Amino acid sequence: MIENRPWLAVLSHLVLLVGVAVIVLPIWITFVASTHPGEVLMQAPIPMWPGDKFLENYALVLGAGVEDAGGVPVGVMLLNSLIMALSITFGKIAISIIAAYAIVYFEFPFRMFCFWIIFITLMLPVEVRILPTFAVVANLEMLNTYAGLSVPLIASATATFLFRQFFLTVPEELCEAARIDGAGPFKFFIDILLPLSRTNMAALFVILFIYGWNQYLWPLLVTTDESYYTIVMGIQRMVNVSEQLPVWNLVMATTILAMLPPVIVVVGMQKLFVKGLVEVEK
Amino acid sequence: MAEVRLNDVQKVYPNGFKAIHGIDIDITDGEFIVLVGPSGCGKSTLLRMIAGLETVSDGEIHIGERMVNQLEPADRDIAMVFQNYALYPHMSCYDNMAYGLRNKGMPKDEIEKRVREAAEILELAQLLDRRPRQLSGGQRQRIAMGRAIVREPSVFLFDEPLSNLDAKLRVQMRVEIRKLQRNLGTTSVYVTHDQVEAMTMADRLVVMNEGVAEQIGTPIEVYERPATMFVAGFIGSPAMNFMDAKVEGEEVVVGGKLHFPMPNGTGALEAGREVSLGIRPEHLDLGGNGDVGLPIKVELVEHLGADTLVYGYLPWDTQNLVTLRMQGSQEFPAGHEITLTVSHDHLHLFDKQSGKRI
Ligand SMILES: Nc1ncnc2c1ncn2[C@@H]1O[C@H](COP(=O)(O)OP(=O)(O)OP(=O)(O)O)[C@@H](O)[C@H]1O
Ligand SMILES: [Mg+2]
Repeated sequence: MIENRPWLAVLSHLVLLVGVAVIVLPIWITFVASTHPGEVLMQAPIPMWPGDKFLENYALVLGAGVEDAGGVPVGVMLLNSLIMALSITFGKIAISIIAAYAIVYFEFPFRMFCFWIIFITLMLPVEVRILPTFAVVANLEMLNTYAGLSVPLIASATATFLFRQFFLTVPEELCEAARIDGAGPFKFFIDILLPLSRTNMAALFVILFIYGWNQYLWPLLVTTDESYYTIVMGIQRMVNVSEQLPVWNLVMATTILAMLPPVIVVVGMQKLFVKGLVEVEK
Repeated sequence: MAEVRLNDVQKVYPNGFKAIHGIDIDITDGEFIVLVGPSGCGKSTLLRMIAGLETVSDGEIHIGERMVNQLEPADRDIAMVFQNYALYPHMSCYDNMAYGLRNKGMPKDEIEKRVREAAEILELAQLLDRRPRQLSGGQRQRIAMGRAIVREPSVFLFDEPLSNLDAKLRVQMRVEIRKLQRNLGTTSVYVTHDQVEAMTMADRLVVMNEGVAEQIGTPIEVYERPATMFVAGFIGSPAMNFMDAKVEGEEVVVGGKLHFPMPNGTGALEAGREVSLGIRPEHLDLGGNGDVGLPIKVELVEHLGADTLVYGYLPWDTQNLVTLRMQGSQEFPAGHEITLTVSHDHLHLFDKQSGKRI
């Protein structure tokens, strides 16, 4: 649609600018706060422009951590979060794509029953089944391990469902052509189905990575050893220091660091998204 | 290269629907067989059973010396071209053609050689690096053909490969497929519901109806001596005219008034037997000096350019339109009365009950 009404353009840009300001301003303040010494932030007005402590603050949180919050270096927590988020993401994608493949392409007794069982049981989020899940993990002695952090979050009905729906749209002739070309079930999966699911996997990757990265309750339960703390837990502990004011400049620096990996994932995957949207494969 | 034999092949789908009721066909080496019939008659089902994509419920399928009922599609030495081409969208055209050969473990240079050769024959050489989505429908069709050729199979199977193309391209591809098949000498089974394709391409036609092979024969045989009323009505356009008739001595009588002589080769029939008399629209003559004259009241005229179709009724039967196809262009006002004649060589007699040719 081509419109030539100047006042409309001005108005719509104004609305957009306000929208951007609402979203960007808090992030800007977070960043500004992370570059000042702690005392400055205790007095009004809060500074609006970056200070001179950027390197100092970031080096401190990355290397040594915040003392009052246990002194776990943010670098370690970032790594823990990354390991957890990536295991959850890869685990979920791998398991659900295989499950969907089995459900769509293989005739076995109680096929639909299996599908619905997966669907129903996994519609319950971790928070609802947290007690039994915790008991299982504890009995398997997986407390304070990366496996304990990620495995219970891996099974995913949504991803299975999504892949199932996608597979159902793949023309049946493609599977038959592959059979004539001598591709068995495994080869068909690897050579045809996986490449075709590329954009779906990219989309899921972003969503699941952020889901895994933002996990709070579950890591809080299964980790007592500080070396397994995740970044989201870490921030919470920094804010909740007892009988003291939080060191806001360091908290803000940690927050900025915690935001970076999801942003990198979204930006990095964007190309694949757009590609998937533009060139609809026939 | 091989012959294909179907022995009383039957198909019952898991939901209990019987799609194929026992079909016997012997296809000789290098022959081009066309399966033709109305939608839902089981053409695709039969073809897919030969391909191994559907299980065989009963009977035997032989390709060459082997009974292939239990073999996987890849082991049957066949290649199939699908209606929607079924190219792998994420692979280049080269890879699409090479994929099956790679799975067989063929050496790289041999694959390269075969793909280049096929591309040469089909004039695809510049397209090999493209993805299927970057091609036109006709080009995709060629790639699909190429994928079949490089396998150098003993049987080609085609399931309505031209039905997604426009009319002109269809004619061109039809000729090309036939030429290619002759040069390669590969036994082929081709499914279509287009009777022009069927008539022009086939060495032999298999006319199917509701899971039964009504007639197997060369296009000319099927046209000149249709075995059943179904075949007579299905092959030929516009469809054959049928009239209810009764046998009286040496004659067949329509509507108590028109006395037709027995068609050639028909033996003596019992008097009073109910039959159907068939006459093709193109065998009716305006005026002319045929054996019997049919008085027709014109209802509608259609001009096709080279031909004219005239529809009308016999005076005593206003239920069944009689169609005449005449060369050239001529105008008749509605209600105009004309007399059509027909030579007795062009009469077809069918049993009223069974629909079989007498
Ligand atoms: N999987 C199936 N289960 C049950 N019935 C089926 C199945 N596939 C096909 N049929 C039935 O078998 C009959 C033959 O189908 P088929 O696809 O062979 O028809 P066709 O001759 O190829 O028709 P068309 O010209 O429309 O492609 C149809 O009546 C169809 O409804
Ligand atoms: Mg079909």
